[in-house]
Amino acid sequence: MENTAAVSNLVEDAQRERTRKSWLLSTPALLVLAFAASGPLLIVLVYSFLSSGEYGGVVWKFSTDAWFNVVFHRDIFDGTMALADAHLIILWRSIKLSFFTTATTLIIGFPTAYFIATRPRKTRNIWLLLITIPFWTNLLIRTFAILEVIRNEGLINIGLQRFGVIDGPIQMLYTDFAIMVGMTYVYLPLMVLPLYASMERLDFNLVEAAYDLYASRNKVLHRVIIPLVKPGIISGSILVFIPSLGAFVTPRVLGGGKKMMLGNLIELQFGAGRNWPLGAALSITLLGIVMIALLIYVRTTQSNSGSRL
Amino acid sequence: MIATTNMQKPFSLKKQPGFGIIAILCFVMLYAPIATLVIYSFNAGRYISIWEGFSLQWYVSAWHNEAVQDAAVRSLVLALQASIYSTILATMAALGTTRTRPFPGLTAIYVMINQPLMVPEIVTAVALLTLFAMIKAATGIQGMIYLVSAHTAFCIPFAYLPIRARLEGMNLMLETAAADLYATPWKTFWRITLPLLWPGIIAGAMLAFVISLDDVVITEFVKSSGQETLPTYMLGQLRRVVSPEINAISTVLVGLSISVVGLFFVVDKKFGK
Repeated sequence: MENTAAVSNLVEDAQRERTRKSWLLSTPALLVLAFAASGPLLIVLVYSFLSSGEYGGVVWKFSTDAWFNVVFHRDIFDGTMALADAHLIILWRSIKLSFFTTATTLIIGFPTAYFIATRPRKTRNIWLLLITIPFWTNLLIRTFAILEVIRNEGLINIGLQRFGVIDGPIQMLYTDFAIMVGMTYVYLPLMVLPLYASMERLDFNLVEAAYDLYASRNKVLHRVIIPLVKPGIISGSILVFIPSLGAFVTPRVLGGGKKMMLGNLIELQFGAGRNWPLGAALSITLLGIVMIALLIYVRTTQSNSGSRL
Repeated sequence: MIATTNMQKPFSLKKQPGFGIIAILCFVMLYAPIATLVIYSFNAGRYISIWEGFSLQWYVSAWHNEAVQDAAVRSLVLALQASIYSTILATMAALGTTRTRPFPGLTAIYVMINQPLMVPEIVTAVALLTLFAMIKAATGIQGMIYLVSAHTAFCIPFAYLPIRARLEGMNLMLETAAADLYATPWKTFWRITLPLLWPGIIAGAMLAFVISLDDVVITEFVKSSGQETLPTYMLGQLRRVVSPEINAISTVLVGLSISVVGLFFVVDKKFGK
């Protein structure tokens, strides 16, 4: 009896020692992250409740003006209030374009991931590498490549004019369409990779069973394959939706300051707008929407894996 | 065999109509814009859409452009520093958080390490801008330290993931054997754990290097004047009439990224098992 108690004490000690070591080893990384990643977010939260300084920066006086200004606009002459149309339009555009981007990447990415997953094992890695390479290529360069394709003197317009399809160039650059095309292009690998990961594990015995029961190809796709790879669809959609919502470079280059998204509006407040508290409030708003999306993601994946057990 | 060739094509379980075509189109779409960019970087003319013959003049002029030289050197030094620091920190954290029983706070450590992957870059960027503005105003310290610490922080999760994956796949037996043979914990670490972990560390460092080299948003907000990196220099140039020099710089950067990722795959394939 005494022996077992001593042993369990020893085990407990060893475990405590291990935990202490875990913290010791992790602390340097956590300190750097606290200094240059997580900590500063608290400052942004505090700033969103301060008044703005005349030349940028903040005045240390509590104020809820910034949060008020996110949605409302007070007329500087007669003090009447109205909805801040400009902000709401940008917020709406961010959400709308992120949804369209997610949908488009899904429509293109699903067949692509399926195609890769059904290749013979030997060539599969090559196809996968072909999806990964653009992902590791600089996002700015990929956006710039799209700019060169769709601008008025770009490949598409020059090509269409040479073949006499159109007389003058179609204005594609600096439109919502351009931003959406750009985001679809740069975030496509983020959709394909998780889709592939869940399709790779697809059990084709189930597909065979469905065909044995006289299901059509279409029915097999909708009733067997899609439900089985649903976790991949959700992961991919979240992975595309979140960076789309916070996109900054793509709308700046392809929207050209005319069509802003939330990220550009935030930059404007910290730059020419000289309203740091408003920029801070907008940042927290963006962070909030992203956190809600992540929370929904965690919930759905947990309930999915729960139902499978 | 002969019988089947005479029959209709055998029924394929995996086929879905149209998927192959969409997939091939997808690959063409992914590569066509980048290919165009690369091809036109060798164009003799000033305009992107009119081919005027092969020339290396834009590479030469980019090479002699002092602003480009300056930004390129800064980018490389910064990426090298950030990848070394973040890899050391990530290796320690990975050793701390794998092969242990769950303890209170472990999830919190995971969340903290992966936080840069979840928070939108623009939010981190303005957060760092405000923090560093405060520090600069209070202490007067200038220099690259701000960029280095910001890059180190957001590179940590990218270095951490492959190292952790490697650690989790590692066999504990060799380390136990070393300990049985009276090796000290340090000796076990240097002689057994570290050599086995090396491919994961290399992979992590390479990913961190590419991520740091590619960063635009955080750098754009954290940099002081005169601290342009290649991506922020290019972003600035895109506001004006774009010189084909940008194509040449892009091509070099694309080549660099592809070589690093290719190397990563080779390392992963050779030692990954």
